[in-house]
Amino acid sequence: MTKEKGHKNLIMCVGGLAVGVVNGLLGAGGGMLAVPLLKKSGLTTKESHSNAVGVILPLSIFSAILYLSSGRVDIMDSVPYIPGGLIGALIGTKLLKKISANLLKKLFAAFMIWAGIRLLMK
Amino acid sequence: MNWIWITLAGVLSGMAGAMGLGGGGVLLIYLTVFAGAEQLNAQGINLIFFVPIAILSMIIYAKNGQINWGAVIKTALFGLAGAFVGSFLAGFIGGELLSKLFACMLVVLGIYELFVPVKNENGK
Repeated sequence: MTKEKGHKNLIMCVGGLAVGVVNGLLGAGGGMLAVPLLKKSGLTTKESHSNAVGVILPLSIFSAILYLSSGRVDIMDSVPYIPGGLIGALIGTKLLKKISANLLKKLFAAFMIWAGIRLLMK
Repeated sequence: MNWIWITLAGVLSGMAGAMGLGGGGVLLIYLTVFAGAEQLNAQGINLIFFVPIAILSMIIYAKNGQINWGAVIKTALFGLAGAFVGSFLAGFIGGELLSKLFACMLVVLGIYELFVPVKNENGK
């Protein structure tokens, strides 16, 4: 029992570190990594999705401050996207309870591959 | 016309972001592939964008009792150290290479999500 708990703690430490590096480095993708990590630590799939948001929130605040202070971005650049984003968040939090995230995940995965290839060829 | 795309990108990113499905990916893809934003600028926009979206989502999830604070806090603490390293490295590596790195991550994660079977929920 304690050995298993120690093992889970180690996964969370190393995994948490990796999530932070990716999120700061690429400005995205931390959540996608946090979901499988939280699953490994014993949460259900749906719990992992909702809790991943909680993991990424403080990381994004911290990284955003570092990006702002280095002059890579201005707060006003983000503002136009936020109203739509808040509406989307309201829909998303309701949707997560109802649907199987599986289909959405597959659709999004296909979209990611397509976008990745497009970006590579740019 | 432009504001329609901006709002649509926002809604989709907010939805995916709130569900932990890679909302950042959606907005970053919009910004870099369609809007022609510079990679580091797009990453910054995405990080700032996510803060209010995540706060709203967390309020709703916490109200519904869907948050396991122990797991969140433990993972996030180590994540903060990683975020510092990552943000510093981003400036060091530069936008052009990062854009390719991001593209590779999209393809790899996409293939993984698409083809690795999901384990049965009951078996966890």
